[in-house]
Amino acid sequence: MSPSFEQLEGEALRRRDGEAGRPWLRVGTALCGQAAGADAVVVALRDALESQEVDARLTEVGCLGLCYAEPLLDVQLPGGPRVFYGNFDPERAGEVVAGHVAGGQPVEALALGYLAPLDGLGDGSGGGGGGFVAPPGLRDLSLHPMRAWENRIALRNAGNIDPLDIYQYIASGGYRALNRALLEMTPGEALQQVNESGLRGRGGAAFPTATKWRFLAGNPSPEKYVLCNCEEGDPGAFNDKAILESDPHTLVEGVILAGYATGASRGYIFIRHGHDGPIERCRAAVGQAQELGLLGENILGSGFSFDVEVALTGDSYVAGEESALMEAIEGKRAMPRFRPPFPAQVGLFGKPTNINNVKTLAYVPEIVSKGGAWFAGIGHERSTGTAILCLSGALNYTGMMEVPLGVNLKDVLYDAAGGIRGGKKLKLLQTGGPLGGVLGADNVDVVLDFEVLRNAGAILGSGGIIAADEDTCVVDLTRSLVAFCQYESCGKCFPCRMGMSHLLEVLERICDLKGEPEDLDLMRSTGESMQAGSLCGHGQLGFNPVASALRYFPAEFEAHILEHRCPTGTCHGPRFSPARSRR
Amino acid sequence: MDGLEQRIDGAVRGQSQPTVTILSSLLAVEDELRYIPREAVERVAEFTGATVNDVWAVASFYPNFRFRPPAARQVEVCWGASCHLMGAMGVVKAALEAAGLEGEGERADHRLSVRLNTCLGACAQAPVMAVDHHLVGRVSPDAAARRVSDLLGEDAAAAQGHTAGRFEDEVDAL
Ligand SMILES: Cc1cc2nc3c(=O)[nH]c(=O)nc-3n(C[C@H](O)[C@H](O)[C@H](O)COP(=O)(O)O)c2cc1C
Ligand code: FES
Repeated sequence: MSPSFEQLEGEALRRRDGEAGRPWLRVGTALCGQAAGADAVVVALRDALESQEVDARLTEVGCLGLCYAEPLLDVQLPGGPRVFYGNFDPERAGEVVAGHVAGGQPVEALALGYLAPLDGLGDGSGGGGGGFVAPPGLRDLSLHPMRAWENRIALRNAGNIDPLDIYQYIASGGYRALNRALLEMTPGEALQQVNESGLRGRGGAAFPTATKWRFLAGNPSPEKYVLCNCEEGDPGAFNDKAILESDPHTLVEGVILAGYATGASRGYIFIRHGHDGPIERCRAAVGQAQELGLLGENILGSGFSFDVEVALTGDSYVAGEESALMEAIEGKRAMPRFRPPFPAQVGLFGKPTNINNVKTLAYVPEIVSKGGAWFAGIGHERSTGTAILCLSGALNYTGMMEVPLGVNLKDVLYDAAGGIRGGKKLKLLQTGGPLGGVLGADNVDVVLDFEVLRNAGAILGSGGIIAADEDTCVVDLTRSLVAFCQYESCGKCFPCRMGMSHLLEVLERICDLKGEPEDLDLMRSTGESMQAGSLCGHGQLGFNPVASALRYFPAEFEAHILEHRCPTGTCHGPRFSPARSRR
Repeated sequence: MDGLEQRIDGAVRGQSQPTVTILSSLLAVEDELRYIPREAVERVAEFTGATVNDVWAVASFYPNFRFRPPAARQVEVCWGASCHLMGAMGVVKAALEAAGLEGEGERADHRLSVRLNTCLGACAQAPVMAVDHHLVGRVSPDAAARRVSDLLGEDAAAAQGHTAGRFEDEVDAL
C-alpha cells in the first residue's frame, strides 16, 4: 500500500529535522552554473570538507536567478542566515570551509550577501525563519535589485531545495495542493480555480488555460493526454529548463493536477535531447513520485489514476509547436499537422490532448493551494500572475526573475538588471524568441502585459528578454534572427520554407551593402505571403523580426541600402551559420 | 552479432520508457554510440516495425543525428541571439581558425569538430561554447582559440579508432 499524504509529510519533516544540526552548502548547478564552472566548485568543496574533516551537507541545487554571479555558493550554518558567495573561485573552497563552515565566520571579502533563512518548511535550520542574527558587514540580498522586484510563485523553491529530493519539496509544502484537490475537490472545482486565476499560457500565445482545459475535460474519451512542452528552443529563454533543473516536482505536481482537472489518463513531459541536467532531474522527479504513489494507480487513495512519462525530441525548434510536438512524441519528423481537427479532439496517437508550457503548469499547484482569486489579484488587467523573465545580453545583471505582471519594463532593465553594461546606451530589446520581435529603446517604458507588449510590436512570449547596446547593427541582428528561422523551418509548407530563405537572401544582401531600394517592399510582400499561407506559427510569425525592426529602425535599413553604409559599422564581421539544414 | 550490432541492440531494447518509437530508438542509439550507423537504421526499422525509409526520414530530419563516428573532441559554439549579440561570431571564427577549419565541420584527421548550436541554454553567460558537451560561458575569441589549441595538443593519439564514415555523404546528398 502506498503511504498516505500525512505519512509522507511526517517522513519529510523527520528527514528535515534530522539534518537541521548540520551546516548546509548549496551550489547552483543549473546550465547557467555549469557554464560558469560550478562543477569544479562542487568538487573543490567536497575535497575541502573531506580533507579538513568537516561534517556538512553539500547539495547541488538549481538556479536562484542571479546567473551573472554564478558559480554561486550558499552556506548556511544551523539556525543562521544563508550567506552567498558569488563568482566563486574553487581555489577559495578551503578558505570558506575552514573559516565559515568550521569556524563560523563568513569570509566577508568573498561574500555577495545574505538571505534570511526560509520560514517555510524547507528551511534547513528547522523552520521558524525569524530570530536569526544578520551577519555584520554583509548586504541583505533581499534588497538586491534583482530580488527586490520579485514575487516568486513558480520559482518559489528554485535555488533553495535539492531538486533530486522529493522530501524537501514535500517539506516545503509540496504535493499538498494535489492531496487537497484529489480528496476535497471535484475535477470541475479544480478547473474552476484555474479559471478564476485568469491563468494564460506562457508558451507564447497567452491563451486562457482553463478554456483549453475545458475543451479536453468535455471530451468523454476514456484515454486523454496532457502534454507539457519543454522544447524551449528560443535562444535567450532558459526558464523552462531552469524550472526542471531547480524544482521539477512543482512541474510534476502541476501536470498531475492538469490531468485530474481534465480527466486525462496520461501525461508526457517533452524535452529536447541533449539538455542532460533538465532531463535527468525531471526523470528522477517522475521516478520518485511513482515510488511514493503520487503517480500511478489510485493516487493517494483518491481513485484517480494517472502516470507521466518523459519523452525526448531531437534538435528541432518547430518541435515546440503543439502539433509538431505530437508528431515527435509519436516518433516522426517534427512537422506540424493541419488543423482542424484540433488536439482536444484528435491529438497524440489520435486521442484528445491538451498541451501546455512548463511555466503554465508550474503555477498550478500554488493556484490550487492558495485559490484562483489570489493569483488573479497579482498582475495587470487580463494578464494575471507573474512573468518569468530570462534577462540576457548587454545587461549588468543577467539571469532569471519572476516579477508580477504590470511591472514597468523600464524598471526591470534599468533597476533590476542594473542597466546596460559598460555605461553604454540601450538600443533595442529582442523579446519573445526569434518569432517575437525587437522593441526600440524609446519604447521600453511599458508595463509587462501580454496585450501591451503585443501592441508595441514585441511579445512577452516565453519570457526571454535580450538587450542590445548602441553598437548593435539592427540589420545584422535581423539577419541573424531570420537565419535561425530559416535553419529551423521544418520544410513541410512552402510559404515558410521558401519565404524564410528568400528573406535571408535579401537581408544578407543588405548587410553586404548591396541592397536595392525595392528590397524592403520585396520583404514585406514575402512576409505577407508567409503569414497568409504558412501551416503553423513558425511561418505565420516568421516575418515578425523583420517587421518590428523595420518599424523601429527604418532609417538604419535605408542607410544600408541607399547610402551603402552601416551606421554602427558592425555588420561586416564574420558571418557563420550551420552547414547542414534539415532539407 | 559483432560488437557494434550488440551495442545497437542493447540500446534499442534497453529503452525503459513505455512509449518506444523510431525517434526514441534513434536517440537511444545516439546516446550509446554518438552516431547512427547503417546497422542501427536497419535494427530500428526492424524493432519498430517500420521501413528503413521511415527510419531514414526521421534520422535525416533532426540535425543532431550524425552518420559517422564523432570526432575525438567536439566543440560547439552557440549562435543564438543572446550569444550573437555578445560576440558569438568572433568566437566561432577564432575556434574555427584554431581548429584549421573553414566552416562548421570536422578536421580530416577526425581529432576535432566545430559545430554551431542554436542555444546551449546558458544565455545569461553569453557567449557560450561547449567542449565535449561541457558548457563554458563568457568565452572570448582568444579563450575559445586557446581551448581548441589545447584540445588539439592534448591527445594526438585520440584520433585512432575513427574510421571515415560511409553515410554522411549519402545523407547529405538527400
Ligand atoms: C515554431 C513554434 C515553436 C514553439 N515552441 C514552443 C516551445 O518551445 N515551448 C512552448 O511551450 N511553446 C512553444 N510554442 C507554442 C506551442 O505551440 C503551444 O502554443 C504552447 O506550448 C501551449 O502552451 P500554453 O498554452 O501553456 O502557452 C511554439 C509555437 C511555434 C509556432
Ligand atoms: S543564445 Fe547562446 S546559450 Fe542561449
